[in-house]
Amino acid sequence: MQPLVPTDEELIERIRRGDNEALEQLVSRYEDRVYNLAYRMLSSRQDAEDVLQDAFLNVIRGLDSFRGQSSFSTWLYRIAANAALTKIRKRSRREKSESEFLDDVYAVKEAAHAGAVLPDWSSNPATRILDEEARRQMATAINELPEIYRAVFVLRDVEGLPAAAVAEVLDLSVPAVKSRLHRARLYLRNRLSGYFGEEE
Amino acid sequence: MDCQEIFEALSEYIDQELAQAKCRELERHLTTCHNCRVVIDTMRRTVALYHSIPCERLPDEARLRLHKVIKLK
Repeated sequence: MQPLVPTDEELIERIRRGDNEALEQLVSRYEDRVYNLAYRMLSSRQDAEDVLQDAFLNVIRGLDSFRGQSSFSTWLYRIAANAALTKIRKRSRREKSESEFLDDVYAVKEAAHAGAVLPDWSSNPATRILDEEARRQMATAINELPEIYRAVFVLRDVEGLPAAAVAEVLDLSVPAVKSRLHRARLYLRNRLSGYFGEEE
Repeated sequence: MDCQEIFEALSEYIDQELAQAKCRELERHLTTCHNCRVVIDTMRRTVALYHSIPCERLPDEARLRLHKVIKLK
């Protein structure tokens, strides 16, 4: 019996035979996820839309050479993440340099070592923590991450991809993904502490 | 494990990817070290907060533009 919902591979086979309906179906399946990934990496609706269009056009152009060594979604994420990284590199820098970033990442370690008492905002009520200003602070903090740390963090902690899939998408080793993710999390934790911790 | 090692192992700990023996050591350390406990709790909260951001839905006009572009190909 034919499954009701075709798999990505089945849709790809139909697209290769010229079935435009299958193409629309495949695009509809992933358009929100790709847009969200691009939006979280770029913080701009216009740039995210450009990346979305570029990504699907590249998918259509490359579909004949797609051999299925990785899953379609991993391949699509790779194309979209690379398009977003290219866009970030083209625009004026908003993010920190890597050395500034690493100084900030480890500032908390030094503060703790020097005997400072770190603010604990982990139990702040969710209503206060998720208001519009808090969301703005969180978006600004992501934008400060150097591009590759941002890509790793968005794919892993916002999109929820496993570390191995993030490694495949970004062409990194799994240990490199874990180390970048850890630094990105430390940085963001420090930044949010500056905001939520002050409210204590 | 000292604070230095704890800092490097925090992400693996919250992702439940840390080896069991290290995990026990880390948890022992947390019972006596206030700052490490704060960093771990607030990092966990940071990750949960970002994870809770609602998915940014593709606006309808942008969806129409995308489908128009792919039909032309």
